[in-house]
Amino acid sequence: MTIVLADPPCKGDNGFCAPGTDSFMFKPLVEWEWLNIHFQITKITILVWISVVLLIVLLLAAVRNPKIVPERGQWMAESVYGLVRNNIAEDMIGHEGLRFAPYLATLFCFILVTNIWGIIPVAQISPNAHIAYPAFLAIISWLMFNIVGIRKHGAKKYFGDILFMPGVPKVMYILLTPIEFISTLIVRPITLAVRLFANMFAGHLLLLVFTLGTTYLLSVHNFSKIFALPSFLMTILLTFFELFIEILQAYVFVVLTASYLQGALAEEH
Amino acid sequence: MSTLAEVTGQLGTIGYGLAAIGPGVGIGLIFAAYINSSARQPESANFTRTWMLVGFAIIEALALFGLVLAFALK
Repeated sequence: MTIVLADPPCKGDNGFCAPGTDSFMFKPLVEWEWLNIHFQITKITILVWISVVLLIVLLLAAVRNPKIVPERGQWMAESVYGLVRNNIAEDMIGHEGLRFAPYLATLFCFILVTNIWGIIPVAQISPNAHIAYPAFLAIISWLMFNIVGIRKHGAKKYFGDILFMPGVPKVMYILLTPIEFISTLIVRPITLAVRLFANMFAGHLLLLVFTLGTTYLLSVHNFSKIFALPSFLMTILLTFFELFIEILQAYVFVVLTASYLQGALAEEH
Repeated sequence: MSTLAEVTGQLGTIGYGLAAIGPGVGIGLIFAAYINSSARQPESANFTRTWMLVGFAIIEALALFGLVLAFALK
């Protein structure tokens, strides 16, 4: 007895091709090899370069000629920085958090711009849909909160407080120490990276399912053709939903980084 | 040995469905708690919003692990 749960995608005839991980692989525009490492310049790389240039140019233009009554560009840059500085750095970490505001703001702007590529026509994919970028950002945040904590408390007290939570009966350490070790030092960076990656990955797949669904339904030769319209409307709806998710994920990444920094700086974390 | 029963196709889809149950309940609880608290004490809404989003993000990560694994372990 064989139970077929779903047909494998693309059985050879012109059936519906479900999007999969192949949809995230792009043909390299330039490739070379150096020190046995295979380098590729793909659409993703180009998008990251454009985002960085865009951010530098826009932010420099916004603050080059600052006025007391800000114009539109300066006002936007100031409100983004103000959001991160006042609502994240200061509210979550406290007064000490102000020195992290530039890093948090940079992180927020970078993730926001790279995320938003996911819904910009022609680009239509976020560089964060490749695990490398979120993973690297998460590693930076992980190194940062650990180094900040070690510098503030000293390595012994910092790791001691993480592993042996103060004010807990000694017997509980059998249970708490492994949990605290895993959750603070291992799971934190992984969830930080996977959350951003998986959101962008899932978002791209969702949009693909409905756009490919629309084109497929238009190509069938029976009355199912009429379902192409709802599918197309879902694409538009999901684009707006994606915009919301992209902004939210940039915010969440920065908020979590700030909350980890706050934990590392707190007297008893 | 002959095969008695076999399941083919994308089992990851079912796995993701199962993995989404817990986070689904969790996200419901998070937003219910936020709505409750801001209805009882509207002035606390600004303060609790950040923590609602942090909690939401932490729970959501569980569902997304399932999604990623559904693709990774094909």
